[in-house]
Amino acid sequence: MTAAVPPPRDAAHRRLPRLSLRFLAVWRRNLRVWRRLMLPSILGHFGEPVLYLLAFGYGLGALIGHVGEMEYIVFIASGIVCSSAMFTSSFEALYSAYTRMETQQTWAAMLGAPLDVDDIVLGEAVWAASKSLVSASAILVVAGALGLLGGWQAVLALPVILLAGLGFACTALIVTAVSRSYDFFMYYFTLVLTPMLLLSGVFFPVDQLPALIGTLAYLLPLAHVVEVVRPLVTGGTPEAVALHLAVPAAYAVVSFTIASRLFRRRLLR
Amino acid sequence: MTDPAATTPAVLAEGLVKRYGGVAVVDGIDLTVRRGECFGLLGPNGAGKTTTLRMLLGLTPPDGGRLTVLGEPVPLRAREVRARVGVVPQADNLDPDFTVRENLITYASYFGLSKREVGPRIDALLEFAALDQRSAARVPTLSGGMKRRLTLVRALINDPELVVLDEPSTGLDPQARQHIWQRLRQLRADGRTLILTTHYMDEAERLCDRLAIMDRGRVVACDTPEALVAAAAAGLRYLQRPANLEDVFLQLTGHDLRE
Repeated sequence: MTAAVPPPRDAAHRRLPRLSLRFLAVWRRNLRVWRRLMLPSILGHFGEPVLYLLAFGYGLGALIGHVGEMEYIVFIASGIVCSSAMFTSSFEALYSAYTRMETQQTWAAMLGAPLDVDDIVLGEAVWAASKSLVSASAILVVAGALGLLGGWQAVLALPVILLAGLGFACTALIVTAVSRSYDFFMYYFTLVLTPMLLLSGVFFPVDQLPALIGTLAYLLPLAHVVEVVRPLVTGGTPEAVALHLAVPAAYAVVSFTIASRLFRRRLLR
Repeated sequence: MTDPAATTPAVLAEGLVKRYGGVAVVDGIDLTVRRGECFGLLGPNGAGKTTTLRMLLGLTPPDGGRLTVLGEPVPLRAREVRARVGVVPQADNLDPDFTVRENLITYASYFGLSKREVGPRIDALLEFAALDQRSAARVPTLSGGMKRRLTLVRALINDPELVVLDEPSTGLDPQARQHIWQRLRQLRADGRTLILTTHYMDEAERLCDRLAIMDRGRVVACDTPEALVAAAAAGLRYLQRPANLEDVFLQLTGHDLRE
């Protein structure tokens, strides 16, 4: 009946994550909170992209005209769908997850119940991805209202955004797992997210960059997400879809494995 | 009692060790908590009480020893154990975005219990906590005593066999403490096992059937409050009054400040 002497515990933290549908309880808890603040939150999701579309699409677009065959406002709208998903998901997995872990001790309460660290991390990752879906949808609605969408197949961008959001969330969760304060997240914004935003084909085609930098851009997930989402949103046909989706998927799997291990080490001490 | 599970102790710890950076915070303790008793862990700050509780819940992996809770090996099956345990943590971790009732519904969902399943139970728990008039109140509007009562009934949402409480009455006014104590006695009368940590000798003396006094990671004494006082009374003859548990505590753990 009695347990044997446990193995050295670091070894236990090093194991692969165990996935379970228990993550849904964590996801639903966050949804329940969000529903209380849904209206301002959704308005925020509409407000920012509208500003971007005005500034870049109409303002800058009037000077640029077209990118290839594509009107610049259409080009930028399809890019912002992706970058906004990246920021929404990352923000949730950094600041909001950290608040629930440290400030509010929500995770501590969950760990008193029969939930594991892996359940919480998966719940937070899927939740952040879900929020990126909300923000991408808001932009698609605005773009659709402005007549910038290529057709019905724009909705096919949504599952791609969900996958991308998962990848961005898991990577951000690594940062959250090692962070000792909110200030630390600025490094991630400055050193990772901002360069990724500027180099990944959101504002201009990647091939405008020097070849080396363009290659580096494709090591990060956002460029691949743009490659798939832009044609879907503007009425074209994306190419090499499997390859482009494999990159955010790989980021999700590898980052989740690392993040869950770091959180186990941090929380089960 | 024919159920074999009921004859195993609620907690059986043998030679339990936890080290941080080479320092043993819990240094080879043995504990047996019987089913249905209220067991107290007393000790100065840093004695290892909270670490011991975390190990019981599988939240702190021990560095040595054997541990069985409700007949299950921990931490191996800690999640299954936590499904049958209620936890009242030291720090408030109620959900500030939710109402009283939503807190209970949400916490129930962590146990896989649906809103419909726990609805009647939540009504009963709110009454038990004297919060039935405040079920729609948001958590930040509650007093400290109300929050503590809500945390207590939150720990009962899964009808637990064992309730673990880390300093359940710290920071409460006398009325709120009396209320919590009365509720804890009721839980014990229902046949639940209680394990609590406390700094308060009166709390330990009133509530606990047995208690362990911890100091520097070790159990320095473990018995009923009466027996501890009786055993120590011999060494406390210089007192002008009958010895009490506080005298025992200070005799065993010393008068030095710990922090």
